[in-house]
Amino acid sequence: MKKLLSIVLALCLALALAAPAMADGTVKIGMVTDVGGINDNSFNQFAWAGLQELAAEDPTFVVNYLESKTDADYQTNINTFIDEEYDLIICVGYMLADATRDAALDNPEQKFAIVDDASNADLENVACLTFAQEQCSYLVGLVAGYMTQSKTVGYVQGMVSDSMNLFGVGFISGVLEACPDAAVLQYNANNFGDIAGGATAAKDMITKGADVIYQAAGGTGIGVLNTCEEEKIWGIGVDADQAAVLGLNYVLCSALKNTGAGCVSIAKAVKAGEFAGGVHHYTLSDGAIDIATTGDHIPAEVLEKVEAAKAAIIAGEMTVPTSVDDCPLFTLDD
Amino acid sequence: MKTKKGLMDFLSENTFIHILFSIILGFVVGAAFLAVMGLSVGAAYGKLIDSVTSLKGFSYVVVYSVPYIVTGLSVAFSFKTGVFNIGAEGQFVVGSMAAAVVSILLPDLPKPVLIPLCFLTAMAAGALWGSIVAMLKVKWGINEVLSMIMFNWIAFYLSNFIAGIPAIHNTGSAEATKNISENASLKLSKEFIKSAGLATTANWGILVAIAVMLIVWFIIEKTTLGYELKAVGSNRYAAEYGGINVGGSILTALAISGALGGLAGALQLMGMGQRISIFSSQEGFGFAGIVVALIGCSNPFGVFIAGLFYGALIYGGSKLNLVGAPTQLISVIVGTVVFFIAISVIFRYLKYLKKTPKAPAAGSGKEAAKK
Repeated sequence: MKKLLSIVLALCLALALAAPAMADGTVKIGMVTDVGGINDNSFNQFAWAGLQELAAEDPTFVVNYLESKTDADYQTNINTFIDEEYDLIICVGYMLADATRDAALDNPEQKFAIVDDASNADLENVACLTFAQEQCSYLVGLVAGYMTQSKTVGYVQGMVSDSMNLFGVGFISGVLEACPDAAVLQYNANNFGDIAGGATAAKDMITKGADVIYQAAGGTGIGVLNTCEEEKIWGIGVDADQAAVLGLNYVLCSALKNTGAGCVSIAKAVKAGEFAGGVHHYTLSDGAIDIATTGDHIPAEVLEKVEAAKAAIIAGEMTVPTSVDDCPLFTLDD
Repeated sequence: MKTKKGLMDFLSENTFIHILFSIILGFVVGAAFLAVMGLSVGAAYGKLIDSVTSLKGFSYVVVYSVPYIVTGLSVAFSFKTGVFNIGAEGQFVVGSMAAAVVSILLPDLPKPVLIPLCFLTAMAAGALWGSIVAMLKVKWGINEVLSMIMFNWIAFYLSNFIAGIPAIHNTGSAEATKNISENASLKLSKEFIKSAGLATTANWGILVAIAVMLIVWFIIEKTTLGYELKAVGSNRYAAEYGGINVGGSILTALAISGALGGLAGALQLMGMGQRISIFSSQEGFGFAGIVVALIGCSNPFGVFIAGLFYGALIYGGSKLNLVGAPTQLISVIVGTVVFFIAISVIFRYLKYLKKTPKAPAAGSGKEAAKK
């Protein structure tokens, strides 16, 4: 028994010694997911993928993540990274806004970044990473407007909030630009994880004549895309290149929103000593926002118009509306 | 042959040793998984032990354990009385939502009024949830396991529905209820937490859990009610023959069990969460209660220790990523532990068959009593 114990202790010691000592100059970046988890096919996953690439390119970055299983885990996970003395803590998603605020106020020296939230912009130690989701939504809206035969398109949103409404405003503006007399069926699922609910909403829209449906609704949106696949009408992906990720044949295109790009740039800023709080807004010009056309379902003449619009937005020649007031057809907020 | 029988006897007779044995096996299997994946066992288990043994770490373990202890007691109470409360999940959800609604609608009540009121409404909601199922069982003989699983989902969607009502829904962008009133929060003051070096989420929910543990023990061991419930649990027909109202006992048992499930929800809300998010999947506190009750042998004190153990695994496990090990390791360990505890029933049954060759006769006697 004693012998066994001594072997175990010796092993522990050996392991402790073998652990690589942190070389000076390492920058430790910790990421806290929301309850969607790390493999959510959405912002958590991209943020983590971006950070992993960064660490692979530049070994001075040490990246790690903690998953939140319930709402109550946010504070614990943030505090774990604080206790482990991470240089930057990236909180993914506006669900963490309150927990981030509490932690940032309690630890003014600790640097934070939060994805998709601007409510902490008043704090000096919190960088709010926001994305111009209306721009990519506008581009896929153009595609939908040009491609619809029935002049009826559908739109499913995960929840009504200022940030989420941008998806709808951009999409509807794009549709109307391409097809001024189109009808846009809209549905607020009030849930990001309800696959069955998404499928029902899509079926309902299809019976009402929709032949292209866009969704900005996380897991609920997966239900929408699956139904589009079954009914052989066009669905439009969001966040990721969902035609490629989900392997579906009826995903016309996807509105890309790469949260990883934002996380990487703020991580680099921390390393360079240039971290700043406040809102950091990412757009088409940074490449964090884009449109994916995997599957080549879009005819060349439509693609040309989309590329032209993209160039015009980047050049600043045109702006996509960002307010529900500029888009009277958007009705989910009423 | 002789040693084999000896080990089996030893394990089947000494529950504590058997459970300890199962837990060790759980960690051994976990270590095997780590080794197969090419990860360092020492680093992973070192991190696990490291993160729960400091004062701060232990205080996290305590706050994480509270809901598991109380749902564990809820399930254990139902086990004692021969019903299987798999509905603690739903009772937890309706309990926490009831407490949330009360504290959001009556935010200005003073702390000593609001906190007990939240507890009571949560317990009432949980008890109601348990009683409906019990009524279905007693009146129409509907299997409680099936209806409870369905009631878990009713609770799930009901909670999501209530969280979406404008008076309850968060005014910010979060998909959640409003935060509960400060007066309903069980959190310790920030200054105290800082000076004592405790977890930032430290709260006094554990005191309630201890009180509940003592009350459950008292009801089961020291009251007529407890005696009746246990009698129904060990043999329904004998109890009925002995003049105990079986239907009434099942109803009472599930109502109390449900009340505990609801209370667990309130404790989690008022101690930790401070709000209820719109669920996209079940959070699993009630299901964890089944595991905790099993590990704790349905003994109130055992459940308390098992709840702490489970809380330690969950909290310590959440940090495994930091050393490159998957957090799912915890599920492997817990699953293995439950597996080995569950097969103790088989050990006992084998021994029972060996010792009492006339076992089938006893069975037919029972059948006769039924008629």
